[in-house]
Amino acid sequence: MDMLQPISGVPALVAMVGKVLAVFTATMLVVAYTTLAERKISAWIQDRSGPNRVGPWGLLQPIADGIKNFLKEETMPATANRFWFVAGPMLSITPALVTIAVVPFAAPLPTPWGVVDMIVADIPIGILYILALSSLGVYGLVLSGWSSNNKYAFLGGLRASAQMVSYEVALGLSLVSVLMLAGNVTLTQVVWQQQEMGFWFAFPLSLGFILFLISAFAETNRLPFDMPEAESELVTGYHTEYSSMKFSMFFIAEYSHMLTASALMATLFFGGWDLPGAWDNAFWHEGMLIAGFDAAGAPILAQPAWWKTLLTLAGFGLKTVFFLFLYIWVRWTLPRFRYDQVMSLGWKVMLPTALAYVMVVSATVLVLDLLEVSYGFTFGLVLTLVSGLCTVAFLFFLDSDRIISGASVPYRQDRPVRMPVTQVDAGAPGLSGD
Amino acid sequence: MVETVLFWIFGAVALGSAFGVVMGGTLPGKGGSPVASLLFMVSTLASVAGIYVLLEAHFLAAIQVMVYAGAIMVLFLFVIMLLNLGHEYQRDMKGWMASLMLFLVSGALGGILAYRFAGPGGGAELDFLAEANTAAMDAALAEQGAVGVIAEPLYTTYVVPFELTGILLLVAIVGALALAKRRVA
Repeated sequence: MDMLQPISGVPALVAMVGKVLAVFTATMLVVAYTTLAERKISAWIQDRSGPNRVGPWGLLQPIADGIKNFLKEETMPATANRFWFVAGPMLSITPALVTIAVVPFAAPLPTPWGVVDMIVADIPIGILYILALSSLGVYGLVLSGWSSNNKYAFLGGLRASAQMVSYEVALGLSLVSVLMLAGNVTLTQVVWQQQEMGFWFAFPLSLGFILFLISAFAETNRLPFDMPEAESELVTGYHTEYSSMKFSMFFIAEYSHMLTASALMATLFFGGWDLPGAWDNAFWHEGMLIAGFDAAGAPILAQPAWWKTLLTLAGFGLKTVFFLFLYIWVRWTLPRFRYDQVMSLGWKVMLPTALAYVMVVSATVLVLDLLEVSYGFTFGLVLTLVSGLCTVAFLFFLDSDRIISGASVPYRQDRPVRMPVTQVDAGAPGLSGD
Repeated sequence: MVETVLFWIFGAVALGSAFGVVMGGTLPGKGGSPVASLLFMVSTLASVAGIYVLLEAHFLAAIQVMVYAGAIMVLFLFVIMLLNLGHEYQRDMKGWMASLMLFLVSGALGGILAYRFAGPGGGAELDFLAEANTAAMDAALAEQGAVGVIAEPLYTTYVVPFELTGILLLVAIVGALALAKRRVA
């Protein structure tokens, strides 16, 4: 059997353009149908029918919504800062759509011209690229809130910036444990290390997964963390003044953020496109596509096939769709946090827990290294036990109304709710209105 | 070729935006405000990150965008909006003396930098761009990955300065907190 080579030259260019188009189309389709799924699942949870008029079972509803948004009147508030008002939705949608590019979505596909990696851009900084770009997404929210010249929109923008900065820290720290096991920041390597260990990282790093899940909900502004658009307080927050396609762009941005976050959870903690068993393992190691190492440490060559690519693609899709479903499920199950609860959870629970967990994981890895336990099944088993203990302790601690007062106890004399207090001098100028 | 063109684009955007940071706040009522200055600053930081990518310092570029553009500048924006700055805007610098001082200080700084890199005996810092060194760098990148190349020297050779920098930042945070607390009481 001749050696498998990565695709190169003109076919590589064709494959690249094909992948870009396919991933972009798939993203837009998934986003469109997630909006339908949101309405269908909410209807199901609330014992209603949901949209069922456009097409069979309402399946053409997203298309009708799209046409409606294009045909609606576009409003421009008279006092808005026109430039930033128009730029806001663009700044919001661009980072949301480009982040998916570094997520590997299936096993490498063999073609007559060489092996095609099923990832749009396998750049050396992988996950850091996602973090960097998604941290830019907040500018769209803040600037559209600010430029609308509307107090509700403005408050929404302020909340968005505070919330994003707070939870980014916990999100980054929860990733440190994954990167420590993976040894690199590229997502292909994260997938490969999970295949090699024989464990999906959700088990050896269970607490890391829970922290990531909570922070990802906060970063995507989804319930119970949708403070920037809390409709019972702020009309609809930062996009109050937007209509027509500009409003739709915020909508697309939110759902593609959800899609990226779901794909990330699947990749970082549930093996990405990996399916149980070693039959689909594949990784570029020193120019060879390998499936693992034998007992003597020699590489075993992988045997990619089109059906393996298809099956792993389906596996990745299923995992991602599950997390999208989880997003919707949670939204229609839990009530919204109060603003002070969001901040306390971020700074007093998530941040210290994430820091402590990084210490625990690195100490465990160090001890295992000193005991010369090689990276593999036993390694994963020990980490699973340690993380399991941490998770039980964390959930017990978090569930006992110790740090964050529940919504049912708004005020107690012996343990007052901590709200940010601003001392306002009655005579101070500039505070009377804008 | 492509890299040269990209370098000039990023360089021009970085310098133009840096100019915008200074000028953006000076035209209140004509679209100028502290927010405009801040966004020019973000644009400068992003262009510099682009130059880092051209230098194959991917990790540095990602951290630049993530920390400076994505976190610190968002905090600046938060503060500007919270304090509602920019409506009754007053320049800190007034009169021709202030302008002259600004010009002299920035000119002197630019001169020092230019002398350091282009003057006699300068440019030793740019040795890492030489052919032999880039080849070694590529090998290290392939072996250790984009993060490992930076992490290894940072946590072995330079661990003491690194930790001291961390303590310095901690001191700055504690100092800021102490100052803020005193004002409330």
